[in-house]
Formats: sequence, C-alpha cells, structure tokens
Amino acid sequence: MSRFVDKLLQPKPHRELIMGNHALVRAMLETGVKVATTYPGSPTPEIAAAITAIPKEKRPMYFEYSVNEKVALEIALGASVNGHLSTVFFKSVGLNVASDSAVQLGLLNTIGGMVIILGDDPGAHSSQNEQDNRHFARTSYIPMLEPATPQEAYQMYKDAVQLSQKYEMPIFLRMTTHVCHANQVIELDQLQIDDYSWESKFDTQKGPYLPITSKVFPLKKEALNKLAKMEQESENSPYNKVHSPNGKGAVKGKKLGIISSSMPVLSILENLKKVTHPIDILQINFSYPVPESKVAKFLENHDEVLILEELDPILEQEVKNIAWDNGSKCRLHTRQEIDDLVGELTPARTWKILDDIWPDLFQLSTKEIEKPDISPRIAQMCPGCGHRSAFHAIKKALPEDAITVGDIGCHSLGFFKPYNVGQVLLSMGHSNGTGSGLSINNNRKVVTFIGDSTFFHAGIPGIINASYHDHNITLVVMENGTTAMTGHQPHPGSGEISAKIPIKTILESLNAGFIRDIDTYNQKKLTKYMKEALDFDGFSVVIARHPCMLKFTREQRRKESYNPSHVKIDQDSCRHIYDCIEEFGCPSFTRNEDGSITVNRELCIGDGSCLQTCPVSAIEFDKEGDKNA
Amino acid sequence: MRDLNIYLTGVGGQGIGLLSRVLAEACLEAGYDIKSVDTHGLAQRGGTVISQIRIGEKIYSPLIPKGEADIVIGLERLEAFRAMQMLKNENGKVLYYDSQYQPIDVRLDDHHYPSKEELQEYSKKKKCEIKDVKNDQLPDPRMQNIVLLAEIAKLGWIENVDAQSIKNVMREVLPAKIRTMNLKLFDDLIME
Repeated sequence: MSRFVDKLLQPKPHRELIMGNHALVRAMLETGVKVATTYPGSPTPEIAAAITAIPKEKRPMYFEYSVNEKVALEIALGASVNGHLSTVFFKSVGLNVASDSAVQLGLLNTIGGMVIILGDDPGAHSSQNEQDNRHFARTSYIPMLEPATPQEAYQMYKDAVQLSQKYEMPIFLRMTTHVCHANQVIELDQLQIDDYSWESKFDTQKGPYLPITSKVFPLKKEALNKLAKMEQESENSPYNKVHSPNGKGAVKGKKLGIISSSMPVLSILENLKKVTHPIDILQINFSYPVPESKVAKFLENHDEVLILEELDPILEQEVKNIAWDNGSKCRLHTRQEIDDLVGELTPARTWKILDDIWPDLFQLSTKEIEKPDISPRIAQMCPGCGHRSAFHAIKKALPEDAITVGDIGCHSLGFFKPYNVGQVLLSMGHSNGTGSGLSINNNRKVVTFIGDSTFFHAGIPGIINASYHDHNITLVVMENGTTAMTGHQPHPGSGEISAKIPIKTILESLNAGFIRDIDTYNQKKLTKYMKEALDFDGFSVVIARHPCMLKFTREQRRKESYNPSHVKIDQDSCRHIYDCIEEFGCPSFTRNEDGSITVNRELCIGDGSCLQTCPVSAIEFDKEGDKNA
Repeated sequence: MRDLNIYLTGVGGQGIGLLSRVLAEACLEAGYDIKSVDTHGLAQRGGTVISQIRIGEKIYSPLIPKGEADIVIGLERLEAFRAMQMLKNENGKVLYYDSQYQPIDVRLDDHHYPSKEELQEYSKKKKCEIKDVKNDQLPDPRMQNIVLLAEIAKLGWIENVDAQSIKNVMREVLPAKIRTMNLKLFDDLIME
C-alpha cells in the first residue's frame, strides 16, 4: 500500500498534514461509514480518490461512482434507511441534479445516519456558476454545517454523523473550494475498524417512507419539529462562537461587531490582525438552523453590526428577522455593492468591504504599482487531445451560420479560441434539449455535442426526446472513454468497473436515422461524415471517438518500454501559413518573434494528429531528435 | 521566524502539487506551523495553477492577501511574471524556472510573451530580488521541480529549510519509481 493509504489507515492517534477532502475520508473511516457514493466533480474528486486508493479488500465500506448525483444520493438514502451509515458527496451544481430526491430527505427517518457533502465553488473556479447551496438547507429542512478549515471539516463530519444518527435526519456539510483544497496539520483520533454485520434494518414502522397524499403533512410537521430541536443544538454548538481577537472594548464609544460564517471569518480575522480596533466576530458555522438567541444577544451587546458573508445575503435575512423579532436597536450594516455579492470573499476583498462600512478604521495604505500587461492563460485541450482533431475536422463541415450547442466536459473548452464551437452551455446533459428547441422551424443547422460520461449522466433523456420527436439536429458524441475533466473516473461506457455499456448500441436502439462512428484522428473522414449528417433530414448522430490522450500518455509513461516521441517543423518547407497554431491550435507549437514556428518538446507527445493539418506537409516526426534524446 | 508567505505558480501539468507538498512538509520539518492551499480550477487543461504556503503561528486564512507574498516561486516565466503582482512592494523575492509555455493569445499573436528583461524591469519597480534557473539536460520536464527545490535549498530564503530537510521529505514523498533519479539530480545540483 502507498504511504498515503498507510497514513489514512493508521490506527493510532497522530498528527498529519492533510487536505480538507482527505480529512473527511479519515472522519468517514473513524465514524464507520458503510456506504459512500458520488459523481465526480470539482472541488470534491479527491474524496473519492482517497477512498479508492484504499485497496478494495482493506476498504471498510462500499463505494461507487454512481451514474449521476441523483442516483448517488438515492443509493446513500437507501443504505441509510436500511440502517447503514452513509455519505454522498458531489459538487455544488450536483445538488441540482439530485434535488428532486434531496428535497424529500428531510421528511424521512434516515435511521442509519446520512451526511451529504457539498462542494460549493464561490469564485466559480471550476463550475458553470457559483450557486449558494445554503438555500437548499431551507428548501429541504436539512440542517447545515459549514467548516472553515480542514480541522473543522474533520471534526464537523464526525459531529454531523452523531447529529444525523441522534435525530435520524440527514445533515448537509457544506465545503467550499478552498476548504476542500486547504492543507493543515490536524490531530487525528484513533481509528478502529470493527467487523460489520450488514444486518438489514429497513422497517416501515420506522417510516413512513412514502410522502404522498395525506402522509405529507405529518411528515412535514415531524421535519419541522426535528429542525426546532436542531436549533437548540445550533445554540449550544461550539462552532457558533464569538471571537474577540483584539480584545473587548468600544471604538469611539461604540461597540462594533461582525456576523459571518465559514471561510470569510478567516478573511476577517486576517484583516483584524492589521488593526487594533476591538471588533467582535460572531461566527456561525453551524449555519442552519441559525441560533436565534446567540444572534439576538450579540445584537444586544453591540451598537453596530456588519453582516459579512460570501455570495447570497442569506445570513443577512436571518439576522434582520431576528433583529426585528427582538426589537433590536443595533445598527445593521450589510454589503452595498453588487460586486460584493459576486465571487470569493478573499482577505483583500474583505478589507475593501470593511473599508466601505467603516472608512475611518480600515484605510488602504499600500500604493498600487502599475500592473504590467500580461496575456491571460485560457485553459485548453491537452496536446494530442482527440477533441482538438474533432473540432478542427467538424468546423470544415459546418455552414457559416450553424448553431453549435456544447455540454459540460473537456469539450466545453471548444468554445475558446481558436475553435469557438459550442455557443450555448447550461448544465450537464442540456445540449440535446436546448439544441432541439433551437432547431424548431429553423433553416440554420443545429449541432449538439455531448461527452461520454455526460451522455450517461443526464444526456440520455434529451437524446431520446430528439429521436422520439425527430428533431432536426446533428448530435456529436465526443467519446474519450473516461470522465476526463475531473481526473479520469470510470463511467458505464469505460469498461473499468463492469463490461462496457456501448453508446453506439444504445443510439442504434433509438431509431436514429443516421449514425456514423469514427476515430477523430481520421479528420478527413470525420469531415465527410459530418457533412452527410448535416445533409440528413432529421435526427442524426456522429460518434467522434478517441481515447483521452492525457490518460493514455500517463499509462504509457509508466511502462518500461516507453519511448517519448515528438514532431518538428521542417523550416525549409514551412510557408508560415499558421494553420497549425491558428486553426488546429495545439499548445505544443510556439510562435517565435521572427515569425517561425517551432515545437515545444516539453509539451509535444508525438501523437502526430497535427501532421494532416499542414497544407504544405511541413510537420513531421522528429525521429532524429528522439534518437539523440 | 516572522510570518512568511510563499506563492507558487505554474501551468497545469507541470507538477506544482509535488513541489508544493515537498516544500510544505520541509517547512513542517523545520518546525514551522503552516497552512497551505492549492487552486487548480481547470488545471490539467493548461491553465494557471497556484499553490500558497503560509508560515507563522497566527495564520487564519490559507489565502495570501494580495500584495503580501514574501516569495514567489514560478515554474514558468509568464506565470512567474503574473504572480509578481502578489508580491509585497519591498524586499520580496522571486525564483522561477525559465520554461516558456505560450498561452493561446500569444500563439495567435494577440499578445506578446514577456522577455526576461521585462521581469527584471518590473522587479525594480517592485523592489524585489529576482532569480531564474534552467537546466537543458533534464530527461523529463517534470524534473524542473527538483531544479527549483535545489535552488531553494541553496538560496536559503526560508530559514532552516535546507538541502537536508528537503531531501528528507523527498525521500518520503516521491513515488518509489522516480525517487532515486530525482534524489541524484538534487544532490548533483546541490554540489554544483
């Protein structure tokens, strides 16, 4: 076993430098989680990576990559109502997919305990929005804990398990990107892995488990009762506490306070280091239900209070309600600018808000040095990526006014320069619904894209609908054999967990009138198929497949027999047409100041997919260079 | 030692995770309290990657406040240049490996790629020390990390983080398959 797994399974209490996501896995092992499920999505994939790093025979839990977040959540629910402690984790927008079932969970007695880990993404570092899932706690009557550090994530997870089992209700643990990916030395407790009987405890007497007709109302009342009890837990929780980093006192005769939660508390504490004003902070990390008495008392003890949170004004509304109900005389400050509702609340942005509210107390002292003009670095497909060949070939077949609809996955990057393919993008699996709508009574060609993992995740209903109603779209399945964007997790078509479920066979069974299947490196034929598909009247499909070359190259490098290969530009033949960089756009090509093109050998993987793109055949394999290397 | 903020940057795929891990553990070996965080977004797909290490007893956020980095370590020239804006306005230090990965805007000729001189020029405005390293003999570009680690050890910018402490961590952290080769390179570079 690896050093990492040895440490993760180390029975004795010990200190460990550990990432937030990995701290959660240790907490799962310590609490005896029996079923864990997920669909991969940043910022949470490291949780699954740590679980799967443990060899199956040593893994004291059942784990699966489910086909999507809704299924993952339902499996965790099924396990919990059968008496097994379960956990499900996914990214922020994953909860949208799971929500149809998630909103029911608060109504059910999850007798085994159930913790739902959310990876919210303020700043949208790797998501299509920065939605604030604190709203969901309210919609579904589920309590929420929000850790600010890996230490707190570890402890809170264990406390969430206890609360969940005590009240037989699920608990949300809302992580954010920089809590998931923060590292800190943590004191880890003892880990004892006991034998487990897997006794089935499902019992309708513990339910009811069917919130329909008249049963809805008693279940809803019970959920609200549980929440009321949970508010007492929140009142008594050590996660809801007052910090006075600069001591107690008044500033110019006024007692000042800030109410905040989770990581923004850390940003505030960073900024209070730079001043001496005795400003108190009420941290509310057990954030739903909000501890009303604690908040009311804090308001009573202060003359002015700023409510400073990340993203939506949720705490703000809660605090305002409490102030009203308690006839508070405290002056409340809130964020004023729309800008302050957008993005991560970093220490620097927090300082700016503090300066807006209390300009006398937080003045900016450092002078800004003129910013140099630096090129942005847009994410791009890897060298050798089959999607690059696909976009290059498909563009040659597209009429000027074609509408291209992208989906979530590596191929979303096709929207960027130089391809600009995939002009609409909403959510996982949306492309065929959106594309079908665009195609109604439209003379312009509509092309939709979907990756293979997304095909299984949420793509199938839209595709069936397109075939069922014979919408006039051309679907391109960008099949690379893995869930590439999130780090190469398996999917039903990848063949790693069980026999491949072939996408082509599924499509054939849907009565699509036109289906072609081609490796994207065969660019000429892909262009030809694409033209034929576009000419076809009705729903047509082109499967554009090539294995993920990042995954493939990594596997090759592990082999003893691996010989690196590269291409080069024959400078005598090159006519500076620049198709290689301006149309094909492989990052391995370098444009030099004298106008010449060379190959960056650190990036090139020698796949040769570029050779066919040069009109004067100036790109060739660098056999000589590779022999001498 | 007083608080120290180290801001690491590079391009996705260069292996900044390993560099950051070794450095963070070497700081722990030296007896420091640390917090760190990685920001990778769509990192594997050639975007900018950032890792932040904060040393000190009263560190709350793992995110370095803008303009408060003491040391910038870059795995690539353009990203090192970008990261220099995070540096404090006096007495900062920059070390970068001089690899050059052109972003698409540069390849399309919509933007220029910075010269070494531009970084030098900007370092004067920022009143910081700047140094770059490069080694053309590496069998694998990911070994650029080791070149940087050896240089960090030699420069001694982080008190008590020396060749020995870095080597101890490398022995622990590096995957067995590449351990010997990387340790040898590290030793050779230290002896230079």
